[in-house]
Order: sequence, then structure tokens, then C-alpha cells
Amino acid sequence: MMFDSFSAFIDMGGYGFYVWLSYGVAAALLIVLTITSVTSHKRVIKNIAQRKLREDKLRQVRKQRDSKEKQLKTSQSEEVTE
Amino acid sequence: MWKWLHPYANPEVSYHFAGKIIPWLSALAALLLSIGLIWALAFAPADYQQGDSFRIFYIHVPAASLSMGIYFGMAIAAFTSLVWQFKLSDASAAAMAPVGATFTAIALFTGAAWGKPMWGTWWIWDARLTSELILLFLYLGVIALHNAFEDKNLAGKAAGILTLVGVINLPIIKYSVEWWNTLHQGSTVSKLGKPSMSVDMLWPFLFCFLGFILLVSVIICIRFRSEILARNSIRPWVRTLVSQQLAQEKANDV
Repeated sequence: MMFDSFSAFIDMGGYGFYVWLSYGVAAALLIVLTITSVTSHKRVIKNIAQRKLREDKLRQVRKQRDSKEKQLKTSQSEEVTE
Repeated sequence: MWKWLHPYANPEVSYHFAGKIIPWLSALAALLLSIGLIWALAFAPADYQQGDSFRIFYIHVPAASLSMGIYFGMAIAAFTSLVWQFKLSDASAAAMAPVGATFTAIALFTGAAWGKPMWGTWWIWDARLTSELILLFLYLGVIALHNAFEDKNLAGKAAGILTLVGVINLPIIKYSVEWWNTLHQGSTVSKLGKPSMSVDMLWPFLFCFLGFILLVSVIICIRFRSEILARNSIRPWVRTLVSQQLAQEKANDV
């Protein structure tokens, strides 16, 4: 240990403000970077899931519409042949 | 000889590999950084001229050299992407840019906080400081270009060209202290053979430096994985992976 007491450690030989400012800002920036990286990963996953849900719904609607149109067509053609 | 590398060209293999190494890298990074920073703050001797303000060195120098190292890595990725149309290198370049920008900002800020008590000023427009500031703007430009296009391939191409043009800045930063008169002191660590630092100052530095390198790798791995997912969002393996992950999250909530 290079310091005699805890207050000497905080004071850093008179340079305490600059030393702790540097370490504090560096730590804050790195923590923010890490947190945003993790949350953006989660957001990407959620976005893909949402898009998949939307596409599945669209596909279902299209299928229903297609089958309805087919029914309509077959009934119409039946009418024509009658 | 390089055949073992080929499977990692597959995004799915790379995604899972990055996921597997993240816990190991982060544990090692936490260990080395806590040893290095405590050593640097409390146990390393004070500098005979600069006193305890010299302890800023243990963040400033690793951050500054990593800001250039990450840029160099990003330039290699951009080059391989532009020449060989290799999609994964675009993803890795996009993952590196925000990390590099953060380390450049840390280098600039800690430099200012060190300059104030030592030189009497927070900022001076000299070669080393100005070229490092330009590096920050290059990073910001690359990030902006990556986000400017809906089409990720086009975005990667534009950002890659800017990255490669900006490489010219790296030797300027590196040799600015030798080419021009500057307040910034010369290199103390990377002198070949004999670093002009005493050993009990050098050891904590090596711990901090290696710890920061590992931390950078962890964050790049996390971002690399999100970039892979975003670029392959219509692939079946991503679809199954996403629904699995969400199901697991729901199970955890209940």
C-alpha cells in the first residue's frame, strides 16, 4: 500500500479530483456501453419475434382468403354449368 | 492449413461460438481488471515528477492504444468485406465501431483530466490531441453510416469505404509525438526491448491492458451476435432460436 490512510488514498497527493474523475467517467462510459449492448441484443430478438408473428398472421389471413375465393369460384362455376 | 477456420464463415456457427466464449472472457476480464486497477490505484509507486496524477496513465494508455487497435481491426474487417463480399466481416465491423468510439472518448477525457494538473490546460489543439479527436469523428461517421441505410449490405459498403479512407489517421496519431512539437509526452511502454518504466509500474499496467483487451472482446462478441441476428432475421435457424429464447424468457417470468 502506497498510502498511509484512507483519506490519503482519496486525496491522491492533491490530485484526487482528476484521478477519481478519470476513473469514474471511464467506468461510467464502459458500464453504459455494456448495458446498451446487452439490451440492444434483447431488442433485436424481440423485433425479429414480432416480425415473425406479423408474417404468420398475414399468411393465415391470405390462406383463409384464398380458400374462400376458391369456394366462391367453385360455386360460381357450378351455377354456370347448371 | 486454414481449413479449420472455414466452418466459422457460417453465421450460425459463429453466433454460437461467440456465445460460448463470452462467459469465459468476461470472468477473465473481471479478474484481470480488478487486480490491475487495485494495483494501479493503491499499490503502484507514485511517479517522481507527476506524483499520484500518474495513476490516470493506467486507463489513459490502454484506452488510447485500444482506440487505434479497434480501428485497425475494423479496417481489416471492412477490407475483407469489400474485397471478398464476406458478410460476417460487415457484422463484425459494425460491432466494433461503438466500442472503439467509447474507448476513444475515454482516452480523450482521461487525457484532458490528466492534462489539466500537468500541463495547466484541459485541451490544446496540438497534433496528438487533434488527430485523436478526428479518430472519434471517424468512428461516429462509421456508426452513422451503418445506421443510415435500411439495406445492411449497402450500409456496410459505405461505412467500409469511410473506414478505409480513415486508416490514414492511424500513423498520424502514432507518430504525431515524433513528427511535431507537442505537449504530449512520448511513448514509455512500447519502446522495443527496454520500456522506460520501472517494473513495479509496468506490471499493473500489463494487467490493466490485458483486462481492457478482454473486456473489449466481450462487448464486441455481444454486439457481433446481435448484428448476426439482425442481418439473418429471415433465416430459419434465427426464427427457431428467437422463438426458443422468448419461450424461455416467458418461463422464467412465471
